[in-house]
Amino acid sequence: MRKVAIIGVGNSKFGVRNDVTMSELAYEAVKPSFEDAGLTAKDVEFVALGSVGAGAWYEELLPAVVVSEYCGMTGAGLVRCEAACASGSAAFFTAYSAIASGQADIAMALGAEKMREIDNSTSMEWIGRAGYYFWEFHNFGMTFPAYYALYATAHMAKYGTTEEDLALVAVKNHKYAAMNPIAQLHNKVTVDDVLSSMVIASPLKLYDCCPMSDGAASIILASEEKVKELKIDTPIWVAGIGYSSGTANLSKRPDFVGLEASVLASQRAYKAANVTAEQLDLAEVHDCFTIAEIMAYEDIGLCKKGEGVKFLREGQTEIGGKIPVNMDGGLKAKGHPIGTTGCSMIYELTKQLREEAVEKGRQVPLKNYIGLAHNVGGTGHYCYVTILKR
Amino acid sequence: MITMSSMPSIRSREIKISQEIPISKTLKFWEGLKEGKIYATRCTNCGRLYFPPNADCPNCLTANIEWVELSKEAEIETFTHVVIRPTTFQQNKPYTVAIGKLKEGVKVLAWLTGFKLSEIKVGMKVKLAAKTTQEGTPTYGFEPLQPK
Repeated sequence: MRKVAIIGVGNSKFGVRNDVTMSELAYEAVKPSFEDAGLTAKDVEFVALGSVGAGAWYEELLPAVVVSEYCGMTGAGLVRCEAACASGSAAFFTAYSAIASGQADIAMALGAEKMREIDNSTSMEWIGRAGYYFWEFHNFGMTFPAYYALYATAHMAKYGTTEEDLALVAVKNHKYAAMNPIAQLHNKVTVDDVLSSMVIASPLKLYDCCPMSDGAASIILASEEKVKELKIDTPIWVAGIGYSSGTANLSKRPDFVGLEASVLASQRAYKAANVTAEQLDLAEVHDCFTIAEIMAYEDIGLCKKGEGVKFLREGQTEIGGKIPVNMDGGLKAKGHPIGTTGCSMIYELTKQLREEAVEKGRQVPLKNYIGLAHNVGGTGHYCYVTILKR
Repeated sequence: MITMSSMPSIRSREIKISQEIPISKTLKFWEGLKEGKIYATRCTNCGRLYFPPNADCPNCLTANIEWVELSKEAEIETFTHVVIRPTTFQQNKPYTVAIGKLKEGVKVLAWLTGFKLSEIKVGMKVKLAAKTTQEGTPTYGFEPLQPK
């Protein structure tokens, strides 16, 4: 296996982007990633696109083709990767593998999603159907807030987690999103704001949930030889990737207080990268709902099982704590264009590890120059954990 | 149709989609519901019990399965009250979904009815019953052990 580095990144503004098509949105991420790498579209040999809603919440069925034409990459090898909300990480893994295997020298992992061309209840319908249509949606109308609410109820019953504890995740992530110009939500929220917001699926309320988002992120990867040839200043190396999966039926999971797929994927990533959780300077975790961030702390070993709330309350996941988490505002407030999120996590880690162009209030102090991205697809159906090192 | 945006836009052509989902291999389950019975499948080779019912055993990769009627006594492991509903459930009132573990060891995700939300607790014992949807098709759900 060859060493692979990130040499260029770009991220569009997240939000309700009814001003642009899928292709125009992707362009907003692709162009700056080429400028960052000092390359042109013709240099890319392979493009892996993470995108979920093709033909469902946006109109194009073959977005990799449409986007590549618009961005001048026609002729490169193309594939669309689907791993639900971890599609961006699946695309990153695919582009990484193309280079690590020796098949390509320069590849792109692109995430692009447009969720706001249809009404919200139909978006909820599509995403809910993605749990397990036949056994859990058809007769029971499961939505994604409802799935994570089942985890929240079980976590509260077992560990005494409260609705106020969940709210603290939203308060933290909104605070950092307010400093991040690409974030969808720039409003700071208080615990009371969260607790008094409307119930979506009890015990989760509006401010426990990430927004429906449009957004794109582009990552350019290169082999070690290319990094040298191009004289890249600060390559960010892919230290290790781990992945795993969970059952389609939520009812077949052993318990509802954590995601087994996250535990396995993170253990595999630590092993592949030969690092421990203690060595991480920062992490991006999958906080599609507030409960998900608390479970992530526990599942990927930032703290012990059942101690996620204590870890949060102590401020260990803020700047100044043991390991700052989601300093870009997370899915919760930066936004969650689902096929894009994995690549956007890599964008943030790259910017942080390079110590460049991150707003002062959210630049993490670096000791080991190691960051981790934890990206869950579905309700723990898929999980990818990616570890980067400068 | 709801107008989504004040931005200039063109509406895509509308299509209506409804898939015909085969139930030949799980027909016993759907027919059983009409008789008030809830079936799982058991692999006659390894003895594993499957709910929702599997026609093939993922452990043995054989189709040596038998249909087993479940006991219907369940303990609630978790639940949620779904207020904001997807498009095709707009005609339903908000509903409560629970996961209950049966004494045979399998878990079932289904609606829980017959309780006030404040009465529902993790660990509570309930009954799994065959039911009929608002649209008249067979389904199953949890309800109080004793009729209230």
